[in-house]
Amino acid sequence: MDKFGFTILKERHIDYDANDKCIADYIASREPGFMLCIECGCCSATCTSGNFTRFSLRELQILIRRGENDLAREDISKCMLCGKCILVCPRGVNTRNVVTLAREAFQKNMNNAV
Amino acid sequence: MPEMKDTVVIVGGGSAGMETAGQLARAGFIVTIIEREEITGGHVNDWYHLFPDRRDSLEVIEYLNRQINNGNITLLTGKTVENINKNNETFFVSTNDGDEISADAVVMATGFDLFRSERKEEYGYGIYDNVITAADLEALFRKGKVARVDGEIPQKVGLVHCVGSRDEKVGNVYCSKLCCVTAVKQAMEIRKHIPDARVFCFYMDMRMGGALYEELYRESQEKYGINYIRGKVSEVSENISNRLVIKVEDTLAGRPLRMELDLLVLMAGMEMSEGGAGIARSSGLKTGENRFFAPFDHHFGSNRSNIPGLFYAGTCTAPMNITETISHARAAAADVIDYLRNGNR
Repeated sequence: MDKFGFTILKERHIDYDANDKCIADYIASREPGFMLCIECGCCSATCTSGNFTRFSLRELQILIRRGENDLAREDISKCMLCGKCILVCPRGVNTRNVVTLAREAFQKNMNNAV
Repeated sequence: MPEMKDTVVIVGGGSAGMETAGQLARAGFIVTIIEREEITGGHVNDWYHLFPDRRDSLEVIEYLNRQINNGNITLLTGKTVENINKNNETFFVSTNDGDEISADAVVMATGFDLFRSERKEEYGYGIYDNVITAADLEALFRKGKVARVDGEIPQKVGLVHCVGSRDEKVGNVYCSKLCCVTAVKQAMEIRKHIPDARVFCFYMDMRMGGALYEELYRESQEKYGINYIRGKVSEVSENISNRLVIKVEDTLAGRPLRMELDLLVLMAGMEMSEGGAGIARSSGLKTGENRFFAPFDHHFGSNRSNIPGLFYAGTCTAPMNITETISHARAAAADVIDYLRNGNR
């Protein structure tokens, strides 16, 4: 049973309660549209940076919302702030501002510095 | 001059039955409603506010009561129908207390049963006190206090979509259609009752197909900060501090997620009512794969059955919201009139 237990592997699972949602809260309080994302993936599909790297803005937003900040931090610098994602977002989210605010939040929070 | 055919029996006194009865009574027909419970109104009695505009359900009950307040309507409560027989052109409806009522046409408005959530044992309904159903939550709203069984006000609440719907394991492959928007509405109402609460909806797809549903979904995100996590909760347990622990695959992050919750609400789906299914068996009415009454024709005859003169109204044919039920009930009345006046089946 040790090997085939029903627990989730610690390194794989999102421990929602233990995760720090300060970055998400920082963004949501300044850009309320952050909460409107329906994870359609339009932003990632049109993303210039995402065409050449593994960067996904959709995934970045969900990681931040779940408090998976370590993973988000690695990705945040890949955005070139071109703003194409804003043009395609069906929910009208100012996605570029989400990225800008995320960078700002990571910078202010020394524990999570970029 | 041929004898006028003008008597109709309606089986079920919920919103569909009451609306059909009102329409037929105003058109001059003599209507008998047979209702199993002591009061009419059906499931609407168990609801607090209705989507999409959060109207108080009591307003709907008042409207329906006005519909059946008509000298042409006889209401029989506390009776169930056991069998419906057609002999020549007359129906004989026999009830559990040995009565037999004759009629020229019959409308089945037997409605739905809520899925019994204890059948999804992994969610712990009936095992853990703080796992409740959407209907239980409506009762708490009506009482004016959303609290756990121990009286504590929940700060973290989860809502599980598709409980008993889209699930072959319980034999229900269909979508109950109303639970998604009910969850959105309830999530917002939880925040109204408990402003600091964090609310999470666990869904497979957000099916916001009705008028103003998508707008409500957006409002729930924008104004109420409801969190939506795509993934069906796989299991629920209780930890030593009496919190519920859920496991779910966050399918958009592509990783499993665990979370503690104070209260978990199961969005139980709709099933063919046991009463309706019993009459289908005893009286030769066709049912579909989803066990609801099978309409004679999906496009042109959703109120007609396989027996001429016997019609369907409302959720005995498929999950419907109140708006759709009222429309379907009016269409049933039109079909009954066409049958009794013009002989069209």
